[in-house]
Amino acid sequence: MSQPTLTLDDFPSTAPPAHSAPVEPTAQASRHWPWGRILLLTFASGVMVLFLFPIFWSVLTSFKPAAEASASPPTFWPSHFSWQNYAALTDVGVGIGRYLWNSTCVSLMTVIGVTVLSVLGGYGFSRFRFPYKSVVFMLVLATMMIPFQSILTPLFILLNVLHLHNSLLGLALVYSTFQLPFSIFMMRNSFDCVPRELEEAATLDGCNVVSTLWRVMLPVVTPGIVTVALFAFFTAWNELLVALVLITDADKFTLPVLLQSAQSQFMGGVNWGVMQAGISISILPCAFLFLLLQRFYIHGLIAGAVKA
Amino acid sequence: MIASLSRRQAIAGGLFVAPCLAMIAVFFFVPLAMTLWMSLHDWPLFGPRSFSGLANYVQLLQDASFWDSLWFTTRYTLLVTPALFIAAFILALVVQQPGRLSGLFRTAYFLPVVIGMSAASLLWVWLYNDQVGIFSAILMQLHLIDEPVQWFDSANSALLSIVAMVTWKMTGFTMVLLLVGMQAIPEDLYEAARIDGANRWHQLRYITLPLMRQTFALALTVSVIGSYLAFDQFYIMTHGGPQNSTIPVVFWIYRAAFTYSRVGYASAMSVVLLLILIVMSFVQLYLLRSDD
Repeated sequence: MSQPTLTLDDFPSTAPPAHSAPVEPTAQASRHWPWGRILLLTFASGVMVLFLFPIFWSVLTSFKPAAEASASPPTFWPSHFSWQNYAALTDVGVGIGRYLWNSTCVSLMTVIGVTVLSVLGGYGFSRFRFPYKSVVFMLVLATMMIPFQSILTPLFILLNVLHLHNSLLGLALVYSTFQLPFSIFMMRNSFDCVPRELEEAATLDGCNVVSTLWRVMLPVVTPGIVTVALFAFFTAWNELLVALVLITDADKFTLPVLLQSAQSQFMGGVNWGVMQAGISISILPCAFLFLLLQRFYIHGLIAGAVKA
Repeated sequence: MIASLSRRQAIAGGLFVAPCLAMIAVFFFVPLAMTLWMSLHDWPLFGPRSFSGLANYVQLLQDASFWDSLWFTTRYTLLVTPALFIAAFILALVVQQPGRLSGLFRTAYFLPVVIGMSAASLLWVWLYNDQVGIFSAILMQLHLIDEPVQWFDSANSALLSIVAMVTWKMTGFTMVLLLVGMQAIPEDLYEAARIDGANRWHQLRYITLPLMRQTFALALTVSVIGSYLAFDQFYIMTHGGPQNSTIPVVFWIYRAAFTYSRVGYASAMSVVLLLILIVMSFVQLYLLRSDD
């Protein structure tokens, strides 16, 4: 997609004359520079505080003693830091450990499924010629227009038929499928960026197709793989609706399902501290992975969006 | 030789793409076809089903609650999209310059995006709570109100409360999309404009905004489609209340299928939602396509 270019000749005619045209641009810049910058920094910092405050407040409250966490009106700083709320999470349902395990399993299965399938698919679409390739690829991309929310009911029926309802594997299969179009697209682009000479050299050195992919290509497309895996993890870890529909046994709940069901049980205004502890636990891996692998995440977000 | 080489190419390529295509076929295209099929049936969650032709669609046309929820989803979209846009555009301008501080700000603004929508909703329900919530507490401390605000007591205030939460959560996402477009604009354009005496506002108005048209189209599509699929925040924060006034389409489909056990009817709603999504994708991309 090429940007429309603006010729320089057009510009002055479309722009009204500047009201206070600077006589000497650099002098003006140095005179005004610090104030503008200070104002900008103040604003940016203020917004930063606003954006981070809810998370900070939840985490802080999770470390308050139970009584303080449920105090009305809320108190600010905890009188002392306590693990009480986190300990209480072990009494929620069959214990938080189980739900963490469920969420971890689903997320790992999704990450592995998506990564393996999209590496294979991306490589296939990037490097091979086969009949109807571009049609098939467009079809795969087109599926991104139809998100799982709109075909939820048949998914439920289908998984019932396949005996995959109420199963973490079934959930992971659904998540993987809906992550695939984006991931295949990502991986195909990653492979497209690898120079052909690299493979030719590998073939000359006696690599076959599989070992070329495994030994030569994979190390080069690692950024793409990290991105794909990261998005798969975030989806699987955070998704609520499908898990709500597919999982009916309480001991198979994933973290989001558990938290929302705990919330509706807590709706008397009790156990707010425990709730914040649960929320903090579910936020932690996402925040950690994002801060660690930010570059890959943003890269994927941009690549995924710009294609449209 | 050439023929056999291209044959081997085709077979190898086919083998590489087969697994992911199989997954997409089974878990995407099959349910997609099932949606159409099921929408033509009187199909309860459990028990016998029967073909009913277009009966579901006929009923859907007369079902005020479905149209209400479509209208509600549209209102939500019309509120969220500009809120995200304006906030994201301002923040993108703020963090546009490269630098360590800009990086810090970008990260902070983006952090809520990676939190799950359900976790964010649970968090904000608590912030909004009249007894223990911080929002009412702060407003009371500032003597702006005498009693805690019941944010979810009226339909409009519930809607706005959710819009505020989503703006907090999703602005970073839109901001990144806009930043990409902003940074794709060549620096020489601004330089030339400065030489011609254009001030900041002129540069924004005559360079940044026009050259970001495609980026805007993109961010708009993403935001509108995302808003039409909203579920978690309403399910968790309002439960559809008060008086069923905050039920977006996906929530309504969920209810029809899994609360009222009317799977066929829910499928008919899904088909309508599908059509809306597809039409929106095409219309927006067409309207805001590149000039050439």
